[in-house]
Amino acid sequence: MSSAFDRIADIIAETSGVDRDKILPDSHVIKDLEIDSLDFLDIVFAIDKDFGIKVPVEQWTQEVNNGKAAAEHYFVMKNLATRIEELVAAKAG
Amino acid sequence: MRLEYFQMIDRVVAVTRESLRAEAIVPKASPVFEGHFPGHPLVPGVLLVETMAQAGGYMLLHRQGFVRMPFLASVKEAKFRSFVGPSTLLLVEADLVHEGSGYAVATGKISAEGKRICDAELTYRVLDFPAPDLATAMRTQARRIGLAVPDDLAG
Repeated sequence: MSSAFDRIADIIAETSGVDRDKILPDSHVIKDLEIDSLDFLDIVFAIDKDFGIKVPVEQWTQEVNNGKAAAEHYFVMKNLATRIEELVAAKAG
Repeated sequence: MRLEYFQMIDRVVAVTRESLRAEAIVPKASPVFEGHFPGHPLVPGVLLVETMAQAGGYMLLHRQGFVRMPFLASVKEAKFRSFVGPSTLLLVEADLVHEGSGYAVATGKISAEGKRICDAELTYRVLDFPAPDLATAMRTQARRIGLAVPDDLAG
């Protein structure tokens, strides 16, 4: 099976039209890939379905807004892939 | 339906946490028909989309205990299969596809006398009510169409 990074990158390319080759581990989903909030909704929906999880976007956003976490912790591709892997592992128990 | 007031749903006939069925009767006359179209009144497709969106919206309001508000964010694969004229009784259906964090996806469908009218996939952002008056108004509307709103909520 592909890595979480590759699966997420494929989803982003397919959903938002960003060139797949431009989606790198250090790409910031919003700042570098210029994903807007509506496309991000579609991406999260696709990730939820593909990985069988519920990405806690509201919690992440709240943590960033409250200064409890850096945006990069969730929205840089390599970190996003790690967060998704953690969610999948947590669900598997 | 009161087209000019965007009150598209008349009566909920069944609701669960995953689906809602409702009736909507197209009015015999409306200023909308003066423009769409002169001499040949038809419900505009955008208002049929709004009708599906409201059915899904009320389902989500009900699902979340009327404490958060679903706002329509996207409409996909909207297909208008039959024309709808005045005085038509519509069956409006919404089914939950997925509830995510701060958003939800549903399918909407409208039929009349067993004939498919339109369908679409609808995405909503689900947010805290941005204004108390809106919360009150939505709960009042929900009660009007037959949804059971908890007594301890205003509206």
